[in-house]
This record gives sequence, structure tokens and C-alpha cells, in this order.
Amino acid sequence: MPPISTASLPDIVFMLLFFFMVSTTMREVNLMVKVGLPAATELSKLEKKSLVSYIYVGTPHNQYQRVFGSEPRIQLNDQFARVSDIQDYITSEREARDEAEVPFMITSLKVDEYTKMGIVTDIKQELRKASALHINYSSRKREDL
Amino acid sequence: MARKIPEIPAASLADIAFMLLIFFLVTTTMDVDSGLERRLPPMPPPDQEDDDTPPIKERNVFVVLVNANNQLLVEGEVSRVEDLREKAKEFMANPYNEENLPEKEVKEIDFFGPVEVTKGVISLRNDVGTQYGTYIAVQNELVGAINDLREELAKQKFGKSYEKLDRDQQGAVRDIYPSRISEAEPKKVGGN
Repeated sequence: MPPISTASLPDIVFMLLFFFMVSTTMREVNLMVKVGLPAATELSKLEKKSLVSYIYVGTPHNQYQRVFGSEPRIQLNDQFARVSDIQDYITSEREARDEAEVPFMITSLKVDEYTKMGIVTDIKQELRKASALHINYSSRKREDL
Repeated sequence: MARKIPEIPAASLADIAFMLLIFFLVTTTMDVDSGLERRLPPMPPPDQEDDDTPPIKERNVFVVLVNANNQLLVEGEVSRVEDLREKAKEFMANPYNEENLPEKEVKEIDFFGPVEVTKGVISLRNDVGTQYGTYIAVQNELVGAINDLREELAKQKFGKSYEKLDRDQQGAVRDIYPSRISEAEPKKVGGN
């Protein structure tokens, strides 16, 4: 019985490798806040990742609590921010994109379940001021119902 | 004096590729971001007078209030999140044209002809202390109610799920059951 030829093995592996390289999205920000997403059933998917800007809200992780306290904070990119920074953030996100794509941009709010609405309402007001009106309340799929 | 260049051994190529493959396998996160999609109303211009919009009739508004203890008040009654969907559906559809449910207005809509379209608006107001999780649960039920109505209508008219309809048909169904969820303007906007 002739042995199976393994000459094409590298090709196969390379093919797999390219697949994973292309489909990988490296997480570009380190989460500094704890975000436990709420559950919902009426979900829609975020189609184009490149058009999404993220706003994270939650209590800071333990190592940051000494400086930033244990109240829910906003994280934009890699740093803690205040509500007043959101308009600048949206502007810079817009500038980083192609002009034709700006109307299709979505802001994804990743907010912890146990956050109070006060801070979320403030964020929403800021987004309205920046006319970033298309938003997505990030949530996970609820199984029951 | 051409020296013979030794051939590069290709035997380890597969190993290297495997190593890279495993690295990417481990670092890949295949999670698809999903969530409740909403549109915020545009900010009114600062010089706009407050009272130039005609008042909406009381029967046309479905009032949902959420307090700081995450309790719901739906149309003046204490209610649970689980019951909200049915109530919202009944409000938006108003199948028996009841007096206390919203008025309807006859509109010409493609595929359907003249249809009675509800004038109902869902109004949601939350407290500063409301938990975000509760807020999302309420939003989810309200969006779900409208999605359910659209789905039922699509099944009844086209015999297909709303998702499978083409763009024009979806638009027609959307015209009959518009997604009118309005959120009350916050009374006071404070800094952080």
C-alpha cells in the first residue's frame, strides 16, 4: 500500500491560515470597564464592523478603581472619558472614515446591565448633539421566550 | 566560480504554517456584535419655540413609565415587563376599533390599497435611577410588539415571513405598522 502523499499538506494549512487571518478581528481596545450586556430578543446584527464606533460604560476593573472609583464610567478608545468628550470622539471617528461612509456610521453602546440610566441618557443627549443618531444597544441573545 | 547554492529545506514549512494557524485560531474571536437598533430623534434647534407642535390626543399615546425601582406603569396601571408586549400590540393594532385605543386614518398603501393606519404613538419615559437592563427589556418588548405585528401582517398578506419580503413589500408593511416609539426629553441635562 503506497503511503499517502503529504506534499500538499502545507498548501492546505496555508489555505486555512489565510482564512483565519482574513476573518480575524483583533480586539483593538482593552476593556477597562466591566460590561455585562443585557439580554434581548429583537436583535439585529451590526453588518459593517468598520463603520461602528463603540462607547463602553460600566464600573472600572479592580486595578483602576483606586484612581477612577467604583461608579460607572465611560470608556472611549483606550481611556476613561467624560460625557463632554463624546462629541469630540464622534468627530474624530468621522474624520477617520471616508466621507461617503459617514451617513452609515453606527454607534454601538456597550453598557453594563446594572448601570443607572442617568449616564446613558446623558450619552444619548451628547450623541444627538453630535447628530450621531443611528445607535445600537449592544445586547446578547436571550434564549427563552 | 559559481558556488552551488544549497536548497532551502521546505520540510519545516508545514510546521511553521501550523504554528501560525494555531496562533490565529486562538486569537480569533468570531463573535458577531448584535443589539437593539434604534434611531435617536434629531436635536431640536435651540431657538425653537416649545409649543408649536399640536398636542397629541390622550387616546393616541401609550404611556410607559419606568421608575427608579425598575417598576413599570403602563397606561396608568402597574404592570410587568412580560405583559408589556401584548398590551403594546393591542394598542397598535386596535382590532375592534375601541374608543379608548388610538384613532386610525385611511391611507393608500402599495400592495394593500386603502388601509386604516393607526395614529398611535408609544411614549417611554424612564427615571435617572432606572437600571439599564430594565430599560433594554422594556425597549425590547416595545420593538418586539411592532415586529410581531409586522410579521403577522406579512404572513397574512404575502404568506411569507417579513424578513423574506422584498424591499417594497417591507416598506408597505412598515407603513401600516410604523415604529413610533418616542422617548421623553430629559427634563434636565446635567454634566458628569
